[in-house]
Amino acid sequence: MSSKLLIKGGTLLDPAKGLNEKGDLLSVDGIIEATGKPGAFDSESEAEVLDASGALVSPGLIDIHVHLREPGFEWKETIESGARTAAAGGFTSVCCMPNTNPVIDNAQVVEFILEKSELAGGARVHPIGAISEKLKGECLAPMVELWEAGCVAFSDDGWPVWNSALMRCALEYGKMMNLVLACHEEDTALSHGFSMNESELSVELGLKGMPAAAENVMISRDIELALLTGGRVHFCHVSTARGVELIRRAKKDGAKVTAETAPHYFILDETAVTEYDTSAKMSMPLRKQEDIKGLLEGLADGTIDCVASDHAPHEEDSKRVAFGDASLGILGLQTTVPLLLEKVREGALSLERAIASVTSDARACYGLEQVSLEKGSVADISVIDPDCKITFGKEHNLSLSSNSPFFGRELQGLARYTVVAGRKVFDSEGLYS
Amino acid sequence: MSGEGKKFDRSVWTELMDAEQVDRSITRIAHEILENNKGGKKLAIVGIRTRGETLGQRIVSKIKEIDGVEIPFGVVDITLYRDDLGQGADQPVVQGTSIPFHVDDHKIVLVDDVLFTGRTIRAALDAIIDFGRPQAVQLAVLCDRGHRELPIRADYVGKNIPTEREQFVRVHLEDHDEEEGVFIHKSGK
Amino acid sequence: MNSELKHLLGIKGLGKEQVLALLDSADQFVDVNKRAVKKVPALRGKTIVNMFFEASTRTRMSFELAGKRLSADVINFGASSSSTSKGESLIDTALTIQSMSPDVVVMRHPASGACKLVADHLPETSVVNAGDGLHEHPTQALLDALCIRRKLGTLENLSVSFVGDALRSRVVRSNIYLLKLFGCRVRLVAPPTLAVTEFEGMGAEVFPDMKRGIEGADVVVSLRMKHEYQKDIYIPSLEEYSRLYCITEDRLRDYAPDCMVLAPGPIIRGTEIASDVADGPRSHIEEQVELGVAVRMAVLFLLATGADNKGRDSSSESGIKELVANEQ
Repeated sequence: MSSKLLIKGGTLLDPAKGLNEKGDLLSVDGIIEATGKPGAFDSESEAEVLDASGALVSPGLIDIHVHLREPGFEWKETIESGARTAAAGGFTSVCCMPNTNPVIDNAQVVEFILEKSELAGGARVHPIGAISEKLKGECLAPMVELWEAGCVAFSDDGWPVWNSALMRCALEYGKMMNLVLACHEEDTALSHGFSMNESELSVELGLKGMPAAAENVMISRDIELALLTGGRVHFCHVSTARGVELIRRAKKDGAKVTAETAPHYFILDETAVTEYDTSAKMSMPLRKQEDIKGLLEGLADGTIDCVASDHAPHEEDSKRVAFGDASLGILGLQTTVPLLLEKVREGALSLERAIASVTSDARACYGLEQVSLEKGSVADISVIDPDCKITFGKEHNLSLSSNSPFFGRELQGLARYTVVAGRKVFDSEGLYS
Repeated sequence: MSGEGKKFDRSVWTELMDAEQVDRSITRIAHEILENNKGGKKLAIVGIRTRGETLGQRIVSKIKEIDGVEIPFGVVDITLYRDDLGQGADQPVVQGTSIPFHVDDHKIVLVDDVLFTGRTIRAALDAIIDFGRPQAVQLAVLCDRGHRELPIRADYVGKNIPTEREQFVRVHLEDHDEEEGVFIHKSGK
Repeated sequence: MNSELKHLLGIKGLGKEQVLALLDSADQFVDVNKRAVKKVPALRGKTIVNMFFEASTRTRMSFELAGKRLSADVINFGASSSSTSKGESLIDTALTIQSMSPDVVVMRHPASGACKLVADHLPETSVVNAGDGLHEHPTQALLDALCIRRKLGTLENLSVSFVGDALRSRVVRSNIYLLKLFGCRVRLVAPPTLAVTEFEGMGAEVFPDMKRGIEGADVVVSLRMKHEYQKDIYIPSLEEYSRLYCITEDRLRDYAPDCMVLAPGPIIRGTEIASDVADGPRSHIEEQVELGVAVRMAVLFLLATGADNKGRDSSSESGIKELVANEQ
């Protein structure tokens, strides 16, 4: 017997296909069977029905930059807790970074992650392989082996590929499979010892800062290497207005580059750390208002292709220390969609652009197979209630960690249901409502 | 501690001594001090901040008028010697102690406005003793309102005032206040 | 006078009145320190813990002496002798200290913001910042201010120049906050790698040129220059620094003939400051040390006796309180 799922009463929103209208959607055995006018499938009496009234029905959201911490740091997050947290954030897929222990630099680790994620019952998990062995930046990881095992992109995230020659080789080698290198851009000599943005505020607080130039220098280098090699570079968590400018220019020049930013970079500025609040400490650091402006402009015009959370769970103990000693990173899976929609409500972004930045345009960065609301597409669907509002508290948080600067903030626009392959993996009832 | 900030509403206070009576008391105390100590030799006056300082200075001038001698004068601030530091609602302010003579060689007459529990005097004694070993210490007060909590008594008293323990007594001196005199609050609180 | 002060974590956040009240109080303690018996019973029965996570002799001794002269029980807790070297977290260390019920914790730590972190976790204890990372060192700024006020009679609208490594100086940051409260002109003089333009955000001016940096100054303060050969990239060498920035009598005579000279902390003679200045009449370096004890007595007295500090139930011992009330 076939399994049917009917999503009723919502607004079907698929920016890549120019779709934005009220309608119902029917999935059969994990594949979209049809979309139709409201009530079109009311005769499907055996279908499980999800009430999407007042909500947006979107192709499944993807977060292409998360840290799930397993294997190796299971007290921070596991593949299971991360996949479930992702589903609660409205995501049907996430791409997880390789800075685990062991590092995702061999096929066994990839297989382990894929197996665990099958069992997790949350969002799909796509591993990202290491560019260099053990992320040391010294020699290449077996990129083809990793690709064959299921890695969707490559990154040494957490660290830059500091060796320019190695970066060049990785780009050239990766051209065999048209691989994308997702780069954490930081000149570590310039950023040495940093714990926040370098500015008048860092001088006042007596904290070592990372100048915007530390990021921009490496973005510039990799633009040049992308042009030199014809390889594909994706810029992770861009945080500076000048970085956006450099990428805009590079795209015009024909470099194969894409870019992401994270919500905290366009929601918060550096003043969030004024009271030495370690929950606002991350890498890249929070920057300035002019950077927020530049990032939002870049996001609106597509220079910044997508938004990713950089979900980076850390246990409380690693944050309950002096600011300079605290771990880098914040949670993001459950806050990304509402923070993105906050900017839509403020008029900085269109709803279509915002949704595209976490669906089609995000998938395109890594060349992933697209998901749509059309017949025949896999039934990965996110149902987002733009009116659902909470004051984000620990009771809403599904991550094993709780390092977020957004606790206590009003979040509006939350997932109502998350559907993966025609199966409901998240229902907001009891969590957000 | 001089009572600024709170307006003195004359109508709720009963006058116990007027300016003239205050002055007469000071004159009498000055005479008694000289008589008791057989003149002003080796004598010194130390006033307790704030009003004890003023009273002390007046006694020094009176003694000069009577005997023609200039008696050494000092001021003691008891803030650092209080036994209730950290308990009150107010932030204590250290105002400084100045004893510009050798304590060891002198008989000291300590001067304050009101003698009540005796704790201020205890604190002042400790403060003076940190400067040396006086030959003797005597105590002069403008008024004694009773309710002692320590075994302390005054050698020279301007006026004894029977009071309830909770009653307020105020001494006003023209250097600090508009109208000189000693007052007791009518309500008994 | 004073609004309630629970901790002294920095000069930032203090008002002019609070600074002046502390300086007035410190002036009185200077007198106490000149008596034959340099001790008053004000903090008898109070406990002060000196928690120093960073090597310090001067500041720790100064705080220890201040506490003892106020009759407090003073306990020293050094990082090397403590469990922090065994991996205990700062908060756990602080909670352990708190369970000993100190009234005041004096703390120095190499991390900026560490004192605030501890203060946030010690609801019943006052915390005094004795230097946190590159952030603040408020008692040093207060003692500098006291020294200046005692010499020049005022703090208002002075011109104060700091020569040396501002970037890595918590002293200069506290001093800027304090001096700006009084409308002072503050100049930082050093190569642009050390007197970074970001200090302008705090209201200071930066000058790489010694003449323009100290011209007409009322006060010249020498900041410590740390330089590890071949490890430190901010300046090429102390020799070159010294040639450009050493505070010499010649330079002072030419550019700031009437200035007084201060130096918080140990000085490197001939490099930071010439001996003719250090030992000359302009120098108040030794007086600074003396005033440091008085300033710290004022701070400890304020925090340990403040209205905010928990005290015994006073209902049974209200003698002096009522005597004070008598006068109100």
